[in-house]
Amino acid sequence: MILVPCPNCGPRNSSDLRNTGEVVPRPDAATASLSEWRSYLYLRDNPAGWVTETWYCRSGCRTYFTIERNTATNEVRGLERT
Amino acid sequence: MSPRRIPSRPGELIDRSTTVSFTWNGRAFTGHQGDTIASALAAAGVEIFSRSMKYHRRRGIFSANHWDPNLSVQVGDEPNVRAGSRRLLEGMQVSAQNVWPSLRFDLGTANQLVGRFLSAGFYYKTFMRPQFLWHSLYQRILRKFAPGGRIHWNTSTHGAYDKRYAHPDVLIAGGGPAGMAAALSAAEAGATVMLVEQEPELGGHLRWGANDDLEVLADLRSAVEASPGIEVLVDSTVSGRYDHNWIAINQRSHPLAPERLIKARAGSLVVAPGLIERPYVFAGNDTPGVMLAGAVRRLTNLWAVRPGDRAVVLTASSEGDSAVADLESAGVEIVEVLDARSGADIVKVDGRGRVRKVHLGDGRTLAADLVVTATGWTAPTSLLNMAGDRPVYDPVAARYFPHALPDNVLATGGITGDGSIAELLAHGRETGELAAARALRIRHDVLTTTARSTSPKGPRPETVPDDRIPLRRVPHPECYRSSTHGLVDFSEDISSKDLMQAASEGFDSIELMKRYTTVTMGPSQGKLETVNAASVLAEARQVDMADVGTTVWRPPFSPISLGALAGRIFEPVRRSALQDWHEANGAVNLLAGQWVRPDRYGDPMAEALNVRNNVGLIDVTPLGKLDLRGPDVPKLLELVYVNRWQKLKVGRVRYGAMVGEDGVVSDDGVTGRLAKDHYLMTTTSSGAGAVWEMLEDWLQTYRSDWEVHVTPVTGGLTSINVAGPRSRDLLERLVGGVDLSADAFPYFSVRTGTVAGVADCIIWRIGFTGELSYELHVPSGHALHVWESLLATGSDLGAAPFGVEAQRILRLEKGHYIVGQDTDGLSKAPTAGLAGLVKLDKEDTVGLPELRAAFDRTDLPVLVGLQPDDPTVVPEEACQIVAGDSNEILGRVTSSRMSPTLGRSICLAQVDPKLAAAGTSVTVKLVDGSRITATVQEHHAHLDPEGERQRV
Ligand SMILES: [Zn+2]
Repeated sequence: MILVPCPNCGPRNSSDLRNTGEVVPRPDAATASLSEWRSYLYLRDNPAGWVTETWYCRSGCRTYFTIERNTATNEVRGLERT
Repeated sequence: MSPRRIPSRPGELIDRSTTVSFTWNGRAFTGHQGDTIASALAAAGVEIFSRSMKYHRRRGIFSANHWDPNLSVQVGDEPNVRAGSRRLLEGMQVSAQNVWPSLRFDLGTANQLVGRFLSAGFYYKTFMRPQFLWHSLYQRILRKFAPGGRIHWNTSTHGAYDKRYAHPDVLIAGGGPAGMAAALSAAEAGATVMLVEQEPELGGHLRWGANDDLEVLADLRSAVEASPGIEVLVDSTVSGRYDHNWIAINQRSHPLAPERLIKARAGSLVVAPGLIERPYVFAGNDTPGVMLAGAVRRLTNLWAVRPGDRAVVLTASSEGDSAVADLESAGVEIVEVLDARSGADIVKVDGRGRVRKVHLGDGRTLAADLVVTATGWTAPTSLLNMAGDRPVYDPVAARYFPHALPDNVLATGGITGDGSIAELLAHGRETGELAAARALRIRHDVLTTTARSTSPKGPRPETVPDDRIPLRRVPHPECYRSSTHGLVDFSEDISSKDLMQAASEGFDSIELMKRYTTVTMGPSQGKLETVNAASVLAEARQVDMADVGTTVWRPPFSPISLGALAGRIFEPVRRSALQDWHEANGAVNLLAGQWVRPDRYGDPMAEALNVRNNVGLIDVTPLGKLDLRGPDVPKLLELVYVNRWQKLKVGRVRYGAMVGEDGVVSDDGVTGRLAKDHYLMTTTSSGAGAVWEMLEDWLQTYRSDWEVHVTPVTGGLTSINVAGPRSRDLLERLVGGVDLSADAFPYFSVRTGTVAGVADCIIWRIGFTGELSYELHVPSGHALHVWESLLATGSDLGAAPFGVEAQRILRLEKGHYIVGQDTDGLSKAPTAGLAGLVKLDKEDTVGLPELRAAFDRTDLPVLVGLQPDDPTVVPEEACQIVAGDSNEILGRVTSSRMSPTLGRSICLAQVDPKLAAAGTSVTVKLVDGSRITATVQEHHAHLDPEGERQRV
């Protein structure tokens, strides 16, 4: 179980939080084509390496924030509130 | 009674003033407090403890500790107890495992005669063909001969396993001299320390050492005891190390729970497991009476047991020399000491129940009943492997050493090198200091990066360089196998010959060989077997040990019981403020998500009819409730619901449906506007958490400029639905400050007033049941008063509670769908009956492009009302709708009940669009395989589709 650093609560067990996945920019819903929209819905880079992802501190302060995490080593850096 | 117990030893663990009675295979025995099960039996002269897994060979004491492969026994209803370390308790009922019908006369011994069938890969070869024999024969045979104890299915006798979380700065795995020294220095440096030892007492190999060792041990123990910063866990195993030093500990020494799983997050992990003695491979090396040097040292020094009468000792190290001294002092005749360092060897041992003769490498034969080997050590690097290390083999020292460890994992003691006790202690102390320095820096960083934590004391600790003086590596001959074949894996009955055969069949990578032969996969988890297996493979492939590699040691370090893993579940059940009343008034409960709630009080059909005819009360507190405030609430509602919200007036409520970004219906509920900038949103009971998180996501991530504050009030407001034609009559008696008349308080409106004297109750007029009904949201502290007042005041009106089952009947009569039951992952809003609700001309709404696209879909299932043509048949929910006599699936029944109001069965169903037209006849396949016909209805509602009953 990895530690995820919440900006308010500090490093917490990942089971205290919810991973909402890689940060993917949301297209403009009014103008997006269906294929653009489905890329946003379903396609992820999923690299073995650094990824920017969002976590939700669901058992703590209820903040959404992003971190950079190396999916190969679980090293974490670059913390910010969304 | 104790023919093998010798006079008092300085380090003995037994208390001779005590007598502990127990049974072994039904016979009465006694031992002393401090005995292990094995030592007490050995003292009484017992020599056979188990039968081997495949060949059912007699097995005796081999290593006399936790790792002994021959000492798994059944104790009462607990299987696989390690008799080499489990302490004796009064009244224990101990029996041998893996014997049938008995330990002395075991039919499985016949397997020895058919040994060729049980050689390498026997699972894969023998029991493969013919396939049809699997169920009829092979399974039965395998079960009979399967090793391991008996599980008792009546779990009430097992006690409650527990869990605990811990956050030590420094966690030390191994309570030998180096581990204890590390604990002391880490605690002195200001770290909180957890010291974990697998055996029931601290000390490691000091325990069976000479007098000066015992003096060092006594000093260490009292220092540890006097150190308030050290928590000691004995009889506990560090079972795994995971990311970011998440560490699992299986504690067997808890005073109440049989076992407790401790989940620890440690700043630094110090790995100090010592070394495990390695067996020597030769013909007959599993004969009772063949023991490791450590086993005879422990038996003599810890438990005062004479392990035999005439001993032959094969030694390649000082450990063997010490064993000789211990045996002599215990009165054992030393027949011969063979020095492996100068080429002496044992090739074979004769004897079945006990060693009789020893054949030497030089051709001589000696008579003996005890063969002791001291031919090397295995470094139990499991925890280091789990931290990503790949230990490296050193041929000079004939064992593996740690290679590259992450900063938060440190190793000390025998696993890192050799040394005198003083050198081990020095290395342990330095390691403890370093571990503490690193951990305190981590602790400082956690405090400074946590917004509301206490401030760290002092400045950030400096990085301390690792300038520990490494322990030496004493040269040791590579003693693995004699010129004969013998067992490599005692638990799995695998010989060096089997491994050679596997290699010749092409399974010549260590990982493949392991899986093919199951070597190292038994209860010892490779602690005794891994290195010997690698050496046999190196020999077979004629390469160096270093080129063979080893299997990767994974969790658990030692087998762990399922009870410990299951343990206590930290998931509280939610109860409404009325739940005590429900239970006192005959409610039959239902577990719905996190909530326990009444399914019924009596007959749910009668409860439903009472709502149709009089007035009923239901506790709907689990309904998700979110208090929304701020000027931008309408924008938020527009975004997260498929329908329009900008023009909702104060005092009005509206139904809304939500979809995900994929357009699939995700939740629904009613939201009301209580004041200009104040709304109350309700969600489904199961969706309450997800909707709240979704709103927060929008407000924090994408629309952080919007002024909306969301407060969950699900538990804070107790929700009571008052439903039925007489609900207005009832409320008029109790509600203050609100005109309840139809004109002043129309359908889909909300008012705030007092109910039974309780102020600030929110009342809205909606109708899930299809009747005139009011939903009251009452401050939970006063909920019981309101509930009881309603029932008492309405007794003449027939007011009575109803449960979830009656509500399900009522809503199905009315055709209201339930998200997640009547919808699924294909229910895009426009095809799930919400086409009229969905508004596409919005700037933005969740899932907008998918909603737009869904209007063009003609292939998605359609939700319809359905009635079986035989009104007495209620098809079970999830029954499939098929094409005529075929099994082509065209839909399914999503909800079904017998309607007490209509006196017939009613359903909702998802059907193929070509079956969706009213009047279509469909075939429903029932659970028993029979088929019935049913007719698609014009409306979802089976009762009052125009809604006249609720608009009065
Ligand atoms: Zn937090």
